[in-house]
Formats: sequence, C-alpha cells, structure tokens
Amino acid sequence: MDLAIFWFALIAVLWTGYLVLEGFDFGVGMLLSILPRGRDPEHRDKERRVLINTIGPVWDGNEVWLITAGGATFAAFPEWYATLFSGFYVPLLLILVALIVRGVAFEYRGKISDESWRRRCDVAIQVGSWVPAVLWGVAFANLVRGVELDAGHQYVGGLWALLSPFALLGGLVTTVLFLLHGAIFVALKTSGDIRERAVRLAHVLSWVAVVVAGGWAVWAQVAYSAPWTWAAVVVAAGALAGVVVTTRRSAEGRAFGLSAVVLIAAVVLIFGSMYPDVMPGLDGGESLTIGEAASTPYTLGVMTVVAVILTPLVVAYQAWTYWVFRRRLSVRDIPAPAGLTWKKIKDAAF
Amino acid sequence: MARWQFAVTTVYHFIFVPLTIGLAPLVAIMQTAWVRTGNERWLRLTKFFGKLFLINFAMGVVTGIVQEFQFGMNWSEYSRFVGDVFGAPLAIEALAAFFVESTFLGLWIFGWDRLNKKVHLACIWAVAVAVNLSAFFILAANSWMQHPVGARFNPETGRAEMESLWAILANNTLWAAFPHAVAAAFLTAGTFVAGIAAWWMVRLVRSGDETKVALARDVYRPAVVLGTVTMLVAGVGVGLSGDFQGKLMFEQQPGKMASAEALCEGTEGASFSILTIGDLSNSCEGVRHILEVPGLASYLGTGSFSGEESYLPGVYDVQAEYTERYGETNAADDPVSYTPNLALTYWSFRLMIGFAAGSAALALLALWFTRGGRVTGNPWFARVGIWAIPTPFLASSFGWIFTETGRQPWVVAPNPTGIDQVRLLTERGVSTVVSPGMVLASMIVFTVLYGVLAVVWVRLMHRYAVEGAPDTVRDESPEAQADDDADRPLSFAY
Repeated sequence: MDLAIFWFALIAVLWTGYLVLEGFDFGVGMLLSILPRGRDPEHRDKERRVLINTIGPVWDGNEVWLITAGGATFAAFPEWYATLFSGFYVPLLLILVALIVRGVAFEYRGKISDESWRRRCDVAIQVGSWVPAVLWGVAFANLVRGVELDAGHQYVGGLWALLSPFALLGGLVTTVLFLLHGAIFVALKTSGDIRERAVRLAHVLSWVAVVVAGGWAVWAQVAYSAPWTWAAVVVAAGALAGVVVTTRRSAEGRAFGLSAVVLIAAVVLIFGSMYPDVMPGLDGGESLTIGEAASTPYTLGVMTVVAVILTPLVVAYQAWTYWVFRRRLSVRDIPAPAGLTWKKIKDAAF
Repeated sequence: MARWQFAVTTVYHFIFVPLTIGLAPLVAIMQTAWVRTGNERWLRLTKFFGKLFLINFAMGVVTGIVQEFQFGMNWSEYSRFVGDVFGAPLAIEALAAFFVESTFLGLWIFGWDRLNKKVHLACIWAVAVAVNLSAFFILAANSWMQHPVGARFNPETGRAEMESLWAILANNTLWAAFPHAVAAAFLTAGTFVAGIAAWWMVRLVRSGDETKVALARDVYRPAVVLGTVTMLVAGVGVGLSGDFQGKLMFEQQPGKMASAEALCEGTEGASFSILTIGDLSNSCEGVRHILEVPGLASYLGTGSFSGEESYLPGVYDVQAEYTERYGETNAADDPVSYTPNLALTYWSFRLMIGFAAGSAALALLALWFTRGGRVTGNPWFARVGIWAIPTPFLASSFGWIFTETGRQPWVVAPNPTGIDQVRLLTERGVSTVVSPGMVLASMIVFTVLYGVLAVVWVRLMHRYAVEGAPDTVRDESPEAQADDDADRPLSFAY
C-alpha cells in the first residue's frame, strides 16, 4: 500500500483517539455547571469535584493525542500542516487559548481554598471545554466542504468563509456528541445521585444527537462524499440508535462503547469525504492532495517504523491507566479541600 | 512580529521547562530514598517538592501546546521547506515522550493509594526519563536548524528532504546541546531545591526551639546537600559541555562566535572581553573593549591561546564570506546583513556564563556551611539561597536568547561542510497568508494570558514553598493499608 495513504489513515486514527478520549473530557467540562444540583454550595462543589476527578488522572494523556496528531501531520504532510494551521489561524488561536486556561484551571483549582477562586477556575474549565468542542466541529466541517486554495496551496478564503451554515452545524454536531459522550462517561464513572442524573441527561441528549448529527451526516454524505462512506453513516446511525436504547436502560458500559463508535464513524465519514485530498478545494477549485502534501518515502518509512512500534504501547499503558482508576466515584470519595486560603497566600513572606 | 511572538512564547515556555526536566529526577531520587530506606524524611521531601513540581509542570504543559502549532500558524513557509526533516523529531517526541510523561504523571499524582509502592515509584521514574527524552528530540530538531545534516535539497520541489534520521540524531551539534541543556536544567532544579531547603533550615534553626532544630537537621539539611551536590555536578557539566559547544560553534557558525565576542576584525589570540562599552547596535564602529582576558576567546573557539591556529574570524570576515557565497541581496533585492544583533548576542552570552557560574559557586559555599552534619542559622545563608533560585533560570533564558538570535538572519543556518541549498533566511519562513494584524492580535493575547498565569504561578510556588514539608505523612500504599475499605476518600483529588 502507498505509504502516504497509510499515513492519511494513521492521522485519522490519531484524531479518532483524540476525539473519543477528549470528547468526554470536553463533555465533562461542559457539564460542570449543568449536572451538579442542590442548594447546598458545599455539596454542589463536591459534585463538581466528582465530575472533574472522573477525568483527573487521564485528561492530560488524552490531550497528547492532539499534540501527536499535529506532530504527525507536520512529519508526514508538511504542506497540509502549513496550509491548515496558517489558514485556520483564528479558530486555532481560540482553541489554544481555551486549552491553556482549561489545563491550568484543572491543576490549580484545588490549590486555593476560596469560593471565588474556584468559581473562576470553573468558568475557565467550561470556556475551555465549550470553545474547542464547537470549533473542532467547524474546522472539520470545512475540511469536508472544501476550502478556497490558490495554486500555491495557500488558504485564501479568509475567516468569514469558514462560518458557512454547513460548518456551523458541524460545530453544533461535535458539541452535542461530546456532551452526550461526557454524560455517558460520568454515568459510567460515578455512583449515586449524580449517576442517575447523568443517565437521564444522556438519554435526552441522545435524541438531540439523532436529529442534529443525523441531519449533518446526511447533508455531508449527499453533498460532499463518496458512495462508500454511506457505510459510516449507517454505522453511526445504528450506534446512535443503540445509545438511545441503552441510556434508557441505564446500561452505561454499552452506551459508552456505542457513543465511541459514533465518533469513530464520524471520523471515517470526515476523512472519507476528504480522500483523496487532505484539503479539498471549494466547488472543485484547487485542492491539496495526499500525494502533493506528503513527505518523501524515506521520511514516511522511518515514521512508519516509529509509529508501528510506539502506538500499540501507548494504547496499552493508557488502557492500563483506565484500569487502575476504574473505581466509580461518589461525593463520599472526595476529600476535604486541601488548598491554601488567599489570606495565607497574601501573608506569605520569605 | 512573528519573531517576537515566537521569542516571547518560547522564552516563557523555557522558564518552566528546565525546572521540570531537573526536578523530576530529583523528586524521583527522593522517593527512591524513601522506598529503599523507609525513612520518613524522604517521603516528606517527596511530597513537598512533588507539589511544587506539579504546579510547575502544569504551566510547562500548557505553554508547550502552543509551540507545537506555532510553526504552522506563523511559519508556514518554513514548515513547508523543512517539514520533511523537522516534523519527524517533533512527532517522535510526542509519541515517545509526551504520552509517557502525561500518562504516568497522572498515575503518580492519583496513584499513591492505588498502586503498589514500587510500581508507583516506577511511574515517577518514567516521567523523569520521558522529560529528558523529550528534551533530546526537540533539541534534535533545533540542532538541525543550527547545523543541518542528513538532508538533501530537492530542486524540483524547492525543499529540504531527509536522507538519514540517524545522521540527524547523531548531529554533533545535538550531542553538544543536549548535555548542555540537561546540565543547565539540573543546575536549575538543584539550586531550586537547595535554595528553598536552605531558607527553611535557617528559619527553623533561628527559632531556637529544640524540635525545630532537629527538624532542620533531619529533613532540610539532606535536601540542601542533595541540591548543592546536584548544582556542583551540573555546574561542571554545564562548563565542559559549554566549552565543547563553543568549539563546535567556531567551526559551524563563525558568525555567531564573532558576534558573541563583538569581534570585528579577525585576529589571532583574540581576547575575551568582560566589559564593553560603546554602541553595539549592529555596527562595529564605536565598540570599545575595556576589560579583557587575552587569548581566552581564541581558546574557547579553537583550543589555543595564540599563534596561527588561534585565528578567530571577525564579523567583517563572515559578512564578506557569506556575501560571496550566498549573495548580497535577498529575493526582494534588499541587501542582506549576515551579522546577528551584536548587542544581544554579546550581552546574552556574558549574562548566561555569569549567572550560571555564580550559582555553581554558591553551591560550594553551601556545602561548606553544612559540612559534617552542621546546620546554620545565618540569615545571609537563607537570603543568598533565595536570591540564587532565579539565577539559573536567567542563565537558561539568556543562553537560549544567545543561541537563537546568534543564528539570525538564518532560520536554517547553512552548514559550511554540508549542502549549501539547505538554508533559509528567517524572513522567508513566515506565513504569507497571515496578516500582520492577526499576528499582532495573537501576540497580545498570548502576552496578556501568559502574564496573568505567571503571576498566579509565582504566587502559588512562593506560597507552597513557604508552607513547607507536610508535618505528618502517611504511607498510603495499598500494601500498608491493612484495612482496605473502599470507603476511604481518595488520597488526592483535584
């Protein structure tokens, strides 16, 4: 098989890893104010901490899938990397800022025991989860739809061209799918009250996803895709129907597996629509093809060896991490806040 | 503008990086000492410095994400030119190092009561190895820009193409830069540990309270010694690797060496100037060296103090040679200056050496004060310890500023014994589709955001350092908890 095509598929796999794993991270972040209930602020904070700690040990490792997808694109398709990131400048900038504030907020939230500090961190976590959840969808929808490139493969469409109805609907699709994925993950990882609420929410969201994601997938398939990706649309539809059923029965394990299948099918649809380009041209204009964007056979060969050895290892030890932290969490597991107070921090003196 | 943005974000990233690289192994050593001896002092120190390590690590991670994408965003032409070569070490870094450090750090943070003691220890060692491995791969990428090897130029596509990954990983510039950067990171972390522990030791001894003095002797003195020994070894490592690197630089990037010395005319037995006055803003007129060590610059560059073989080319020679070889004008027909900013390279070189040497010298002093089990209550010892902490950070920053600005006007410097076409002027590397306004906007966004985060980081580091090692520590490992009831709260939660 042509190595460039293999790498196109491998990058799709890296994005799949990212969207499946960070998908529920984003979902959990977005649900931070939605799921916790009750009048008692202390209890509400504990419920928020339950949510955050369901992804506590793993969110950082999940995010590396994005870094690796970026690095792999640079190594295997430098033209794609250069055109994509200089072309989608503003969305990427917003995503980066969101990921920065979100990461810091996770780590620093518990370091200071102060109500307003925690509130600010919660805002940062939510903004840092909503913004990428929407923008990744917008970006991928644009890759499906095609973008305006010049003969030198530079993106010349400008910022507003990225905000077509199709792209905005794509943003809505990822947001809904990540919310759903996150709600199911919370249901799977918690026990008690919060678990029941998460299941109920997931069931409602699964119906929303049927409408929104179903509509977008059919639009993408009819307008921009090859016949064979109907298979991905059908699989996604079947899996989503399964999510509707399993969330009604509180079978979280199966629901989680099925919502992961939905995301995998979405990536197959997206990359299948792009093939054989990495950036299709808008309305049949200039395209950047896999062959034009690819590195030399030597570089692709070297990278193949590296990827084939390391990727299974990564999957293995990340799976082990999930096994180590497999226990469900509830408010009883959350220790008292261990951070310092602002007063102490202000009084600090060397 | 894109240059400024890259400089700001990179220097900012590199405030946190050396501490992470150096502190991870030190925390791992502390935890190893605890697991092997069972002595609680090491567990307390592990928890104490582990907390500071995590506060720092978070900043290192989030500032690093930006770097991975900035090449494509602001330097797309550069990315096209070098992607075939440059992308590989970046991708390998992510696959081989980032995954390990992020995953195993999560296991370490949350695994105190979930993992077998030895497995838990192995997690921090995995982190410690991975942070150094990532330094190796990113320096491989950077060293290639300084001294491109293992690549050919394809005239059809106008790009550099990789010929041999081994040649890139065996680049002698890399093998000089990697030990230098790692030694500097250990110097940073050693100073950090020693400085904080010194402050605590003095504070406890001065209280006069018997139990507190015992605490100083039992817990903080070993940390001072661990830190200072690390500083000394690292200081020697920095010096040796720096000297080796200087000699390579003389061969590979004579322009950088000449501007580091503000040497205008080539000379034999060139002096190393310690103080220079006059206008260094890119012209040699008016440069006055007022304090000099004869022959030292030649020695640093060539290994001999005087005679013919000690000849160092000056910036005039380099300009003349490069003009002949690479042309007088760039693509836009503007004349090209092949001389880096003299003031910047000259002073950053001196500040780097000064700060690093100062911090290593303090280590000797600290060892003298703590010799033979002694503890000291001398307030100056604490003060010097605290003031020493920022110096290796400054030395690292100036070292990078020197390395990177000394390479200008190139983004890929031509290799004198390599293929001439594998070279790229920085001005040709920037993205053409990104408007200056957009770069300015992102520059402002990053600067403001980073500024706010820096304030939070300093306050947290400061306060958690003042908080000190925990008074009570508990062995939380599953094998130590006989009553393994599932109702116990988590040992750590965000």
